[in-house]
Amino acid sequence: MTAGPWQAVSLEGISLWASKLPGWDVAAAVLAGQTEPPAAALRRPVPEMLPPAERRRAPDSVALAIEVAARACAAAGLDPAQLPSVFATTHADLAITDYLCEILVRTPLLTSPTKFHNSVHNAAAGYWCIATGCHAPYMTVSVYEHSFAVGLLEAIVQVASDGGPVLYVAYDIESRGPLTQVALSRGLLGVGLVLARNRSASSIAQLCWSIRSGSKNEATRPDPANSRLVQDNAMASCLPLFEVLARGAGQVTLALGPDSLLDVRVQTDREAAL
Amino acid sequence: MHLDALRSRRSGLRPNDFTEAPLDTWIGRVDGLESRPLPGEYGLWDCRNNRLAWLAMQQDYFLDAISAARARYGPSRIALLLGTSTSSIGATEEAYRQITPDGQLPARLRDSMVHTAHSLGQFAQYALGLTGICATVTTACSSSAKVFAQAERMIRCGIADAAVVGGVDTLCGSVLFGFNSLELVSTEPCRPFDVNRRGISIGEAGGFALLERDGSGPRLLGYGESSDAHHMSTPHPEGLGARLAIQDALSRSGLAPADVGYINLHGTASARNDAVEARVIADIFPETTHASSTKGWTGHALGAAGFLEASISLLAIADELAPGNLNASELDPVCGPQLRIHNARLARPVALSQSFGFGGSNCVLAFGAERAA
Repeated sequence: MTAGPWQAVSLEGISLWASKLPGWDVAAAVLAGQTEPPAAALRRPVPEMLPPAERRRAPDSVALAIEVAARACAAAGLDPAQLPSVFATTHADLAITDYLCEILVRTPLLTSPTKFHNSVHNAAAGYWCIATGCHAPYMTVSVYEHSFAVGLLEAIVQVASDGGPVLYVAYDIESRGPLTQVALSRGLLGVGLVLARNRSASSIAQLCWSIRSGSKNEATRPDPANSRLVQDNAMASCLPLFEVLARGAGQVTLALGPDSLLDVRVQTDREAAL
Repeated sequence: MHLDALRSRRSGLRPNDFTEAPLDTWIGRVDGLESRPLPGEYGLWDCRNNRLAWLAMQQDYFLDAISAARARYGPSRIALLLGTSTSSIGATEEAYRQITPDGQLPARLRDSMVHTAHSLGQFAQYALGLTGICATVTTACSSSAKVFAQAERMIRCGIADAAVVGGVDTLCGSVLFGFNSLELVSTEPCRPFDVNRRGISIGEAGGFALLERDGSGPRLLGYGESSDAHHMSTPHPEGLGARLAIQDALSRSGLAPADVGYINLHGTASARNDAVEARVIADIFPETTHASSTKGWTGHALGAAGFLEASISLLAIADELAPGNLNASELDPVCGPQLRIHNARLARPVALSQSFGFGGSNCVLAFGAERAA
């Protein structure tokens, strides 16, 4: 595949949450190298959108995904109930997977029904639609180390093919128990983007994109300090794009697979107007 | 072979002989996977789910069709989009069963690429020699229906010239005991839409198809997608999400309800799903539309159900066979005249295939016959 033509989507909303980067404002300043990260780390975000009892009960994966989804929609000034969405996660809820594998060894008949239905990869997306009353479809993808890039491309394709704004959420949580030997992920990292075909008065940036063949080794690597900051979470492959977004302009190459690449050029309106 | 089973109404369900701990239920189990390891070069991905993927690829001259497509489009221009619910989690369960006293997972399973959902997509990408966009879709029981919609969008906006779509999901402890914990599994072969239905039978399945923009094969006319926004594991009581997905599919396909000859229903044989789905069908479609669930033959193949039932819908069109509801003897009174116990001749060559999943994810596919020459 030779490099395709460049096409553009408009970035309307953005969010990021990690234990030491609990929001896009602080994350942008830290990722751009303007400030030091806060010393204290938070355990998990409070999903304000959920009623208090649900907030406490929500598994980490759900709390994280719902909170970054809500913040991205708020930043875009769009009603979440109207937005189709794409969710990407490498491992879904590793704590629940650990629980299921563990209980199956000795007492399978005691499997918790709630844990079971929360174990599906689309649990966070399902709870998001319930919380927002959203009947628009959602898509969930899991593409191992390429989950962020392939999910982003899916959101872009939905914008390009059907026109409306689309919410994109990517997240992973920490591994637990024996799973830590095979599913590597630490800390919590979630990001949200709202993409639209056309610019609005509140657009944050233009994302020009193009796909081409090429080795995944060509992919832009995150700043090692930022990778450490998110504890090498399985979704850390989102960092190069957010570093560029924090700086306001630049280009990154994301690997869609072993032999396929997505180039994204970030242009802010301010810069485009110059 | 599948067509013969449909015609002769031969179910593939059997008493559960899969789980080590006893569980009184019936299952749809693919024979022989235990003794068919993947060839050595694919050893990294060896597990039940990828073995079934490998077996499915060998069927119906599919690998020949892919070779030809690779030559025609180039390996980077064919997207690979596969649906699954639990993928290879059975291998992770096995690793936990074999944990060493000092808490280590067994080396063979530790050093393999089977402990993540994308094990399926990665293995298939390697086995099919494709280098373009590849995604594993994980929207539970709608997964391998939604890959058709995803493929259509990618081809329409020009980032792929063709797509391999498919679905593979295999039996494992978490789904059997998980559905048991929700009191959804039946102690007898599932009886979709029967007034005395007692729950679902879990099955496993794998399948692949090549979608192209042009060509002479049967056609994907459209699709519809929606969310219930109601509950994680029970359907919306009025079937709101199902109705939205059906309307979206009809509208994208340019079809009226009366154009539809056959509907392959989600029809899990759970009390709630079937009652809600039957009412939706009765409200939207005329009595000339023949509707059934084929899960009495196959069980509920979860993440592979969308693909499996899309294939049955295509068989229905190609062979003018509208399957009935196998194992049902007395239909629930909530069923309209669309729901049939017996097989019949397909009246119009248009079929819908409905898939509704946990997390309220709904997808309806519309298929039509080959274009007349």
